[in-house]
Amino acid sequence: MKLIRRLHKAKLSTCLLLLALTIFSAITVPEVVAQVDTFKFETDEQEARFRTLSNELRCPMCQNTSLTGSTGGVAQDLRREIHRMILEGMSNAEIEQFMFERYGDFIFYRPRLTTNTLLLWFGPLIFLLIGAFLGFGIWRRAKQVNIADVELDPEQQQRLKDLLGNKQ
Amino acid sequence: MNRVKFFIPVIGFVALAIMFWRGLYLDPKVLPSMLIDKPMPEFQIATVAGGEISNADLPKEVFLLNVWGSYCLPCLIEHPTLTRLSEEGDIPVVGVNYRDREDLAIDWLEENGNPFVFSILDEDGRFGIDLGVYGAPETYLVDADGVIRYRHVSPLTEVVWKENFLPAIAEIRSEAESSL
Repeated sequence: MKLIRRLHKAKLSTCLLLLALTIFSAITVPEVVAQVDTFKFETDEQEARFRTLSNELRCPMCQNTSLTGSTGGVAQDLRREIHRMILEGMSNAEIEQFMFERYGDFIFYRPRLTTNTLLLWFGPLIFLLIGAFLGFGIWRRAKQVNIADVELDPEQQQRLKDLLGNKQ
Repeated sequence: MNRVKFFIPVIGFVALAIMFWRGLYLDPKVLPSMLIDKPMPEFQIATVAGGEISNADLPKEVFLLNVWGSYCLPCLIEHPTLTRLSEEGDIPVVGVNYRDREDLAIDWLEENGNPFVFSILDEDGRFGIDLGVYGAPETYLVDADGVIRYRHVSPLTEVVWKENFLPAIAEIRSEAESSL
């Protein structure tokens, strides 16, 4: 009995540990900024746009780093180009189009809505709907079960009581 | 109806299994080039140890555009293939010296041999951006009209040459003949 209780306690603490780990891993650490460029801008708004763009554009050379976080050669060049284009007065949409024409959808962390990316955008919603549909079906069927059909008769009730009584 | 319902999860499982199995053999590092079937970007640019050139100076036949750098170790792997191709004279090879220094590029060509008709000097990587380059080595196949037809990322080995480039070149050449 003691052993079982101890096991129970151990299980509980393991569960708590796992829960804590899950919560902590869900809190993402802000990206470590690796770039040390010193770009000069005329206004704060330009600088803010530069930050947004280089955070939302992906380094083509790396698998999962933004232009901000990458020290790769092509990322340095692209940051320089973004800086140049902002100073030349190009809009964000124009800069994004420039990048798209050269590096395609891969460069966007926030992919554009095109026929190619439809599944990417709405796939999760489709799966959610399928899940909701199935869940609703199961719930409805569970409601239809007639309690009288599955209820125990007095003899079975007595046996159940005996069995439980013996255990305690 | 119940039979069909029973098989729905099985079908779902098989579909997922096929998708994941295929996914195992996809290489996420290979990105499709945006410039396929588009003309070479316009340029007016210096060459390694040479004068300035522009689009008009490109070969007027099917040619290779090879992105290289003196710092690039995998480029040494493909170098024998490029050297053989240029020696046999089957296809001209134009170089793009990508994010390099001219003096280092010249030293590298002296040491390893120069298979290139000329090498575009792209010290700041600006030309590379227009081409959609993300790192050396990359090799583009360009047709006689200056249209990019194929791109290969990573070293151009003999196997890659035989399996990917030869069929692509044969297709371009047969197209050119049929249009005459």
